[in-house]
Amino acid sequence: MNLHFPVLVILIPLFGALLTFFTGLLRRTWAWHIAAYATFLCFAISMDLLLSVHATGRISYWLGGWAPPWGIEYVVDYLSSYILVVISFISLMIAVFAGPYVKKQIGTERELTFFVLYLLLITGLLGMVITGDIFNVYVFLEIASLSGYALVAVGKKRGAVVASYNYLILGTVGAVFVLLGIGHLYMATGTLNMADLRERLPELYHSRVVLTAFVFFVIGFGLKFALFPLHTWLLSAHSLAPSAISAILAAAVLKVNLYALMRVMFTVFTPTFVYEVVPITEILFVIAPIAILVSSVMALAQTNIKRMLAYSSIGQIGYIVLGLALANETALTGSLLHMLNHALMKGGLFLLAGVIIYQTDRYHITDWKGLGKTMPLTMLAFTIYGLSMVGIPLTAGFVSKWYLAIGALEAGRWYFIPVILVSSLLTAVYFWRIIEWGYFHEPDDPEDAQDRCHVPWAMMIPILVMAFLLLFFGVAAFIPEGPARQAAIMLLGVQ
Amino acid sequence: MEMIEIIAGKFNYWIYISLMMIGFYAMIAKGNLIKKIVGLNIFQTAVFLFYISIAVVEGSTAPILLSRAHGALTPETVIYTNPIPHVLILTAIVVGVSVTAVALALAIKIYRAYGTLDEYKIAKMEQEAE
Repeated sequence: MNLHFPVLVILIPLFGALLTFFTGLLRRTWAWHIAAYATFLCFAISMDLLLSVHATGRISYWLGGWAPPWGIEYVVDYLSSYILVVISFISLMIAVFAGPYVKKQIGTERELTFFVLYLLLITGLLGMVITGDIFNVYVFLEIASLSGYALVAVGKKRGAVVASYNYLILGTVGAVFVLLGIGHLYMATGTLNMADLRERLPELYHSRVVLTAFVFFVIGFGLKFALFPLHTWLLSAHSLAPSAISAILAAAVLKVNLYALMRVMFTVFTPTFVYEVVPITEILFVIAPIAILVSSVMALAQTNIKRMLAYSSIGQIGYIVLGLALANETALTGSLLHMLNHALMKGGLFLLAGVIIYQTDRYHITDWKGLGKTMPLTMLAFTIYGLSMVGIPLTAGFVSKWYLAIGALEAGRWYFIPVILVSSLLTAVYFWRIIEWGYFHEPDDPEDAQDRCHVPWAMMIPILVMAFLLLFFGVAAFIPEGPARQAAIMLLGVQ
Repeated sequence: MEMIEIIAGKFNYWIYISLMMIGFYAMIAKGNLIKKIVGLNIFQTAVFLFYISIAVVEGSTAPILLSRAHGALTPETVIYTNPIPHVLILTAIVVGVSVTAVALALAIKIYRAYGTLDEYKIAKMEQEAE
């Protein structure tokens, strides 16, 4: 491991964005290549960081050589290295996919804008993951959010601009709440470094200022990752954005904001505080099952594929939050695994929706008659993703749901198991509709059957790689389970 | 007496909370997209004021090296204002300006696409389009 890898993870996409802009002025096609190389480098470095954390333990990088708590510290530990790998991998896959997609669906004149904003979004996300300074989280949060708002509006649909506007208003309210939370913590302790805050806070746990700060954090990040009653912006933003952007929003942006809340809950505050002093778990135990069930039912009522996937995201976030609230090692491992699996599944499903819209321009699943014949590979991949979303054994989706169910039992809350089962059945129903329309209906137009798949390989390969990983992690579950369990132990344990 | 203490002694918090609520109200209740952006700005400014006010120390001076302008202050007696919240909020102000810029740009795009800035009219047009 190079000494400067923790900071390079952020500098590479940041300077990649600048480089993309200037070289893109010369030749537009380079934008895609630079974005793909930059995200690939991030992924390689994140893998290296993950391996070295597991070999030598926590890595602390002092930005500019200033020692914490005065300087900004970048921390790579079991949790952040795991999330770094997930985020950088997904961003690599979507960057590869985006090349041909952007050319046709968004237009060559906006190609440059797209990739510059995309790399800035990745900068913000990776920065939020790696930083150990709580104000730095806010700065990176805003970098990611601002590029996210712009990316939602970049598409051709006019509704996307309104969706982006609503996302901006609610997203900014969330970010300002986070800022207020940081202000309250600073007021009470006089420090911004997470590890330092952790040492200073316990004597203040019953101070109203600290309690208010915690509430601001939960609501602020909750708005950002669409915690159930705060999810309204997600539906239009995720369903009207270009598919590649829906994929990165669902797979990475939601995950990173969830991660940020986990950091605040377990690193800035301690599990003792979260589970004993504030009644947050009692609230989450009510919210999470409602989110899981209501969103599954609502997804069932949609025929627009992207809207259906957006509803399903809210439910999947519910699973992760449920695992957080259950507060034991197994459930938290399940949560972390579900973060990886949901990133793969929902990222891949939005990309698949993008492929089908790219090829046929059909948004409604009732129009997908006979796609099994005209686009066999795409529908095969859709089936694999669908099975994993349902949680059929031997797919990755099963593993995380299994851990969550066992975790619920260990916590003595068996009544969450029917919730998981019912929602899995509902998921099976709404994915089955797609399979039925695709495989068991003849194409409307027999000409269609002649029109074989012309989707570029650059778009299909990321989807197939992620589908393979879903099957692979379903069988070799120990590979992601190892780092996830280590991270869960670290979060719950007293450091 | 106690009530006066709570109101007058902590007036900076009262100001920031009232400003925040005014901004929040504008964001929720106003149908005009530009007015919502104005509300958003008030909302953010309230937080800036909060940060700046918590940095103040009674009888303190600006955190710069002493010069003749400070008069009788000596290095032993001088008290400085905490500069860190100011620096933090400079970042947040820059962010706030960028958010406003993006929001206004989106408002322009919305106006070009729909010919109106009224939230309800836009929602109606979207429903009819579906």
